Amino acid sequence: MEQEEKEFNPKIVAFLCNWCTYTGADLAGVSRLKSSPCVRIIRVMCSGRVDPSFVIKAFKQGADGVFIGGCHIGDCHYSEGNYKTLRRVEFMKIFLEEFGIDPRRLRLEWISASEGDKYAATTLDFEKQIRELGPIQLVEV
Amino acid sequence: MVTVNIDGKNVEVLEETSILKAAESAGIWIPTLCYSELFEPYGVCRLCTVEVIRGKRSRLVTSCNYPVREGLTVLTNSDKVKWIRKLIMELTYSRWPNVPVVKDMAAALGVSEPRFKSLEQDLAPDACILCGNCVNICRDVVKASVLSFEGIGIGRKVVLPYNEQSETCIVCGACAQVCPTGHIKIKSLEKERGALQDWYLGPKTAINIPTLQAVPRVPIIDEKSCIKMQTGGCGVCSTYCEPEAINYEAKDEEIEIEVGQILITTGYQTIDLKQMSQYGYGRLDDVYSSLEFEHMLNSTGPTGGTILCKDGSEPRAVGIVHCIGSRDENFHKYCSRVCCMYALKFAHLVKDRTPAEVYQFYIDMRAFGKGYEEFYKRLLDEGVNMIRGKVAEISEGYLNNGDKPYLNIKCEDTLIGKFREIPVDMVILCPAIEPQFDASNIKKIFSISQSPDKFFLERHPKLDPVSTMTDGVFIAGCAQGPKDIPDSVAQASAAAARILSLISLGEVAVDPIKAEVMDEYCSGCRMCNSLCPYSAISFQEEKKISYINDMLCKGCGTCVSACPASAIIGKGFTDKQILAELEGILSV
Repeated sequence: MEQEEKEFNPKIVAFLCNWCTYTGADLAGVSRLKSSPCVRIIRVMCSGRVDPSFVIKAFKQGADGVFIGGCHIGDCHYSEGNYKTLRRVEFMKIFLEEFGIDPRRLRLEWISASEGDKYAATTLDFEKQIRELGPIQLVEV
Repeated sequence: MVTVNIDGKNVEVLEETSILKAAESAGIWIPTLCYSELFEPYGVCRLCTVEVIRGKRSRLVTSCNYPVREGLTVLTNSDKVKWIRKLIMELTYSRWPNVPVVKDMAAALGVSEPRFKSLEQDLAPDACILCGNCVNICRDVVKASVLSFEGIGIGRKVVLPYNEQSETCIVCGACAQVCPTGHIKIKSLEKERGALQDWYLGPKTAINIPTLQAVPRVPIIDEKSCIKMQTGGCGVCSTYCEPEAINYEAKDEEIEIEVGQILITTGYQTIDLKQMSQYGYGRLDDVYSSLEFEHMLNSTGPTGGTILCKDGSEPRAVGIVHCIGSRDENFHKYCSRVCCMYALKFAHLVKDRTPAEVYQFYIDMRAFGKGYEEFYKRLLDEGVNMIRGKVAEISEGYLNNGDKPYLNIKCEDTLIGKFREIPVDMVILCPAIEPQFDASNIKKIFSISQSPDKFFLERHPKLDPVSTMTDGVFIAGCAQGPKDIPDSVAQASAAAARILSLISLGEVAVDPIKAEVMDEYCSGCRMCNSLCPYSAISFQEEKKISYINDMLCKGCGTCVSACPASAIIGKGFTDKQILAELEGILSV
């Protein structure tokens, strides 16, 4: 059992907005900060582009966690895309629970282009949380 | 004109002139503690009492507010006047025995020891003598009416409403100016004044020329400090200006200009040195910020370019302290870049103009540019003392022989591994360069980004150093990061060239990332219409479907993910592409 846990390498899918969090992740890299190696990034122009079906699809494909990063509220490059994301994520969490997926596996964070350190810290923290939750177990229907 | 007889002299003055003024024009002194030409006479000190004879009737009146009448006879030094004046003086003196103006006046009137014991004796030398000057100037000149009297008899005092700092008070300082005893003190006058004057040596007034290099070099009125602009009172300057050039009605106005490109060069500010109390800025005399010292060095500055301490003496030793707030974990981690070199220039100029010893306290010497290292070497040859280490504290020290106090710089000399204390007469602090206090507002207006140090972020540090994440918005100079003049000029030229290259093209290339409605799938639910932050989506009534205007769409994709029929495709980020990406990254 112990051995199994050691081998567990979580797969985290991150949808990052092009203007803030994606640039922030870039900054984390340029600044040589240690961020989570489990994160697999998909760039979108705005966090508002993240369709709930992408999240469901990610979990179905075997992702252990989904991370959505957007600009801070009020700082959205597209004025208000992140408000819509916020709304959707709250809904999605309810649905995930109904699907038998712990809603803690979905995380939304506001990380600006200058917050490379926040990106690094948040992804590491999320990775830790996913490790605690263990590998995702989907109920076959 | 009326003629009055004062002490036997016939004096011709205008009607309604007070006796006090009339006497003054005749060269006759009448003592007073509360009279001022600035406002209506108040007649409260009673010391200006004189005897007025009109016909057969003699009266004692206060001369400051008693207007002259034709044929009036005034006696300013009769026995009756002397007696009553002395009595009034003794009463005043007995209450405030230590206030200099009262003491002097008592001496002038020959009162050495009051005969009375005062119940409310106030021994403080800066006690309020209830002359009312402050109340009157605030009401009549400043027209703010902030101060007023409270209570009667011995309980009378000058107060602020509810004893609280009032919003009506504009901190003009007029009350402190007219207070004869120094009872009124303005605590934060400097803070309330315009930010421009923070580093200005010499007199600070509401009317000033902001910088010596100002173009055009004309004085401006600081709206915050001008009494006329704040309350409608005063207006003294307009009575003196012969060409009538003073316009109080001029206001800041907003002008809208349509432009295609914007270059942001909002510059920097220096760190507030007062928050680092260990360096004594604002607390100790002769601790200057570098900009203040630069101002002193200027040949049109307050000292004409001579390096002088506040007491007018030439400094025997000068300490220049680098990295105040920069390269400091508590304030800014970054290096402010320009300080090392201007500090060396200061050292050179001090050496050039005075025989003083110069000490440089530095963390690391960063002579980074062309010819800079050579200049550093030259200064070492000039005999500047270089001490590598951070200064811990600057305090006042006294020599035993009663000489003037000196400034003691406590520091660690890391090259010899010892703590040292260096006595100097003048300290120049090199404050950190930081982003303008309202940089985050600018950032919001142009939706550009700031780096962690709050300077504006360029699109790419190497490949695109002058443009920002927002198309058509460019940055240059210290707004982007600390840099010296050559670097600022180079960056600004680069930005200008970038802008010109876009202008000469005549057309702008737009990102191809747009959303598009696939007509055959759109059910016309109009869910997307209200979501678009740019109102790019409209509903076509005849076709009963939504339509996206290509020119307005910025390609955020909010509508794409909201469409219940998946009828909108986000070019470059289609559902198909993203799902394929997902499959790809999760397959390993």
